[in-house]
Amino acid sequence: MSASIHSKASSVSMALELRDLRKSFGKTEIIRGASLAVRQGERVAIIGPNGAGKSTLFNLISGRMAPTSGDIILNGQQIKGKKPFEINRMGLSRSFQITNIFPKLSVFENLRCSVLWSLGYGYTFLKFLVDLDDANARAQELMEMIGLHKKRDVVALNLTYAEQRALEVGITIAGGANVILLDEPTAGMSKSETTRFIALIKQVTEGKTLLTVEHDMGVVFGLADRIAVLVYGEVIAFDTPDAVRASARVQEAYLGSSVADAQVGESAQGH
Amino acid sequence: MEFFIISTLNGISYGLLLFMLSSGLTLIFSMMGVLNFAHASFYMLGAYIGYSVSQVLGFWPALLVAPLIVGVLGSVFERYCLRRVHKFGHVPELLITFGLTYVVLELVQLVWGRIAIEFKPPTALQGPAFTLINDTVSGLRMVWGAANAEMCSAVDPAVRVVCSPFPATRGFMVLVALTMLVSIWLLLTRTRVGLVIQAALTHPDAVEALGHNVPRVLMLVFGAGAALAGLAGVIGGSTFLTEPSMAATVGSIIFVVVVVGGMGSLSGAFLASLLIGTIQTFAVAFDYSLLGALQQVGVSVGATLSANTLLTMKLSQVAPILPYLFLVLILIFRPKGLLGNREG
Amino acid sequence: MQRWNARIGSVWLWALFAALLLVVPQVFTSGLSVTMLSQMGIAIIACLSYNMLLGQGGMLSFGHAVYTGLGAFVSIHALNMYSGAGMPLPVSLVPLAGGLAGMAFAVLFGYVTTRKSGTTFAMITLGLAELVFAMSLMVPEFFGGEGGISGNRMSGPAVMGITFGPAKQVYYLIAAYTMVCVVLMYAFTQTPLGRLLNAVRDNPERVEFIGYNPQRVRYTAFIIAGFFAGISGGLGALNFEIVNAEVVGAARSGAYLLFTFLGGATFFFGPIIGAVLMVLAFVLLSEYTQAWLLYLGLVFMVMVMYAPGGIASLIMLNLQVARHGKLRPLLPAYGVLAAASLVLLVAVAALVEMVYHRQLNSAMGSVVNFMGLPLDTTSAQSWLGLCAVLALGVWIFSLAQGRFGARWDAAQEAIEKETHSAGAAP
Repeated sequence: MSASIHSKASSVSMALELRDLRKSFGKTEIIRGASLAVRQGERVAIIGPNGAGKSTLFNLISGRMAPTSGDIILNGQQIKGKKPFEINRMGLSRSFQITNIFPKLSVFENLRCSVLWSLGYGYTFLKFLVDLDDANARAQELMEMIGLHKKRDVVALNLTYAEQRALEVGITIAGGANVILLDEPTAGMSKSETTRFIALIKQVTEGKTLLTVEHDMGVVFGLADRIAVLVYGEVIAFDTPDAVRASARVQEAYLGSSVADAQVGESAQGH
Repeated sequence: MEFFIISTLNGISYGLLLFMLSSGLTLIFSMMGVLNFAHASFYMLGAYIGYSVSQVLGFWPALLVAPLIVGVLGSVFERYCLRRVHKFGHVPELLITFGLTYVVLELVQLVWGRIAIEFKPPTALQGPAFTLINDTVSGLRMVWGAANAEMCSAVDPAVRVVCSPFPATRGFMVLVALTMLVSIWLLLTRTRVGLVIQAALTHPDAVEALGHNVPRVLMLVFGAGAALAGLAGVIGGSTFLTEPSMAATVGSIIFVVVVVGGMGSLSGAFLASLLIGTIQTFAVAFDYSLLGALQQVGVSVGATLSANTLLTMKLSQVAPILPYLFLVLILIFRPKGLLGNREG
Repeated sequence: MQRWNARIGSVWLWALFAALLLVVPQVFTSGLSVTMLSQMGIAIIACLSYNMLLGQGGMLSFGHAVYTGLGAFVSIHALNMYSGAGMPLPVSLVPLAGGLAGMAFAVLFGYVTTRKSGTTFAMITLGLAELVFAMSLMVPEFFGGEGGISGNRMSGPAVMGITFGPAKQVYYLIAAYTMVCVVLMYAFTQTPLGRLLNAVRDNPERVEFIGYNPQRVRYTAFIIAGFFAGISGGLGALNFEIVNAEVVGAARSGAYLLFTFLGGATFFFGPIIGAVLMVLAFVLLSEYTQAWLLYLGLVFMVMVMYAPGGIASLIMLNLQVARHGKLRPLLPAYGVLAAASLVLLVAVAALVEMVYHRQLNSAMGSVVNFMGLPLDTTSAQSWLGLCAVLALGVWIFSLAQGRFGARWDAAQEAIEKETHSAGAAP
């Protein structure tokens, strides 16, 4: 009795739960029973060797793909099989590894579009955009938050790579989602850019639940409350950074090779 | 009975012709992501060029030469026009092939005139391949070639004899289509060239890094697709009519075939071609209407309803819209197409 | 005033447009001109509604004539119903009936059509268009069979002396509708749905991840475009007083596509240019030469290859260059290029005309009149001479293009440097 009450209480305070999640592509099983329980307001980093299925996991959670079996619970509600826009409306938002913005719209327009649904404007064509004071104010606020207010009217495809990544994050948090998925946010950035970007991420996701895929160990250990280690589609460890670092199982499966990766990565980033 | 057999064969032959066209279209779409709006124009070019070549060299050489010429023209178009547009995306690629249809139509009309031309099949293919003779005494039997007059009429007026010929041109169409189908399959799966093409389909950069000239491969694929359409044109033009509107008539149907079968699926195109080919052939042959059907069942219908166009419309009149109706139904109930696996 | 400037752009520009619409038939007064102006108004609404799909939504439709055409048919039936039974529908509101019809059919067909995007969408619109056209030959009650349906726009009481008999009165009705529709369609681009439509065009997947269903965005836009398309059809029905199956045909859908693209799908005013060109081509060019469809196809292909943004983009690019003060130095190179193009075009056109004359009009003698100059199609001299001119034209053109291209690129680079150093744009 007490055990079930305890689990019920804890599942409500769980922002995101994955229960024995599985995904097969034909005969190949990519995600093989992944389970995870992320608390509200927690920052979780997902690490794992290449091909472990991290992006697939994100695709499953955000609704881009449907799982073969298993459950995904967002804020206490089942979201398995729902469409991405439905999941987004329920409070989950994601960014992409390959920059996924609106290339022909300006920075401001990119952000303004991203806030429209959360402000309740729906599919209306009976109002003018310039009259939407709350949308315009919020877009302005977001622009300043991500540091792109000087590039307000610049068409998004003319931004630098780092600026586009920042815009990507801006679009992701614009709708006010409380569970944010960031897929390799610092991919392709230099060392200094990464440091600044992580500070930005910390700032804009204050108070929200954050799930991020990262390869840069420095970032991971600095940012995350807990680390989930994904190997061959299974979560083999989910604990605080120190515990994960110390885990023999993790070292054997991943960190051993990733130390080399990190060293290579660092020298590549240090250009 | 013989009507059913002949109609089925007619339907299959027409369906295979559609497949000859839609397979080329599917190949080009799969390889290059381009939906060649001008594919039916290559079909038309094949018919007209085949006609001209056959006037000079005879039909059988034309069967080889005309598709080659069309293939070359297709390759030239790919090299100088389509390639330039590739970087703009898929919509401009579709648009430039759309523009090509206007140009080809005008040039064809300029060179060969605006009325239908008589593209006769060779003497070997004129007349029936075989004839089914059904008479009330001895039942159904078949003779090769044509049945002469006395076989088709009976001395005894109580005996009914029906002779149903199956045109040799149609039989030839089936032969060529099947040969083509098998050759393509063998080419793609058994030869080095085919493997390179298959690889270039999904990993063009890797293939290019291995030293293969991917742009040239694409040019060859487009040219091959055009040549296939041209071949279909020589056969189709000599079997049916060769006229300026032939591109438009068959053009929209092959697009329907490709969507119904599932974009990018060769087997889907095969299935859809046969399906649409047979349905259309059968529908044209039937003179039944809804009203007729109701009357057969014994339902009596009032005077005003008897005059209603929708009820009196015969199936044969509705035949032209059946492929498009099919398209709409597929899109409602199975939007991926019959065997499709690609998001268009 | 400023608020309205922000909402729908420069109010002065709109006033200018309205003034233009009012004044134009007083300048071009001939019967032919007024008819052409009326047709331009109708075409402007049709092409702008088409561009809602193509340019703003990234939806390539091969069947837009279905909605303009069905709007026309419903309008002419409404007109006839009014003349017959005295239904209280003034002639001036008949196009609205067309608009509602266009919208209704868009609701019906759009549901199936907008489920897909990209190439599949294009094929679906093609199939649907063929379906409707094929049906038009089967239901004579609605489509009027071979002869079509006629109507009389003068049926109805004359209000303030307006009977809609004279062509000028029809023009002013069309002009009024054109003004209102153009303003409304522009206003649409400044609304949330309008902007989301652009987002769906650019990145439909991303739109899902900001909470919107891209299919519903497309469907809604499709319905709105259908409404305006129907109005265009209704105006056409009033203008010609007859509607036949050709209005839903593939040729018309193709024309909308061709000319909207030619005018420029990436700017709002592009289709307006395209519409004007469409009427000029169909009415005037087709009279001057039998090769006009060939020219059209060739021009279109050249545009797709070299200027996919259409004429509007060419204008805007040059305006941008001018704003940075870089246009004047380019003018000499432009002049040479223009002259070379002219030589080339004249040579090509002359050759084409000669070929056409030989093939189609040889019964009328061997001489073809090309822009006032007689050309003998049987003389080898003419042929060789023109080929020489053509070769010369190609040579000069490639030289001029090379030089111009280099200067243009240099100007563009300079402009880019300026905008980057200035920080953000204007």
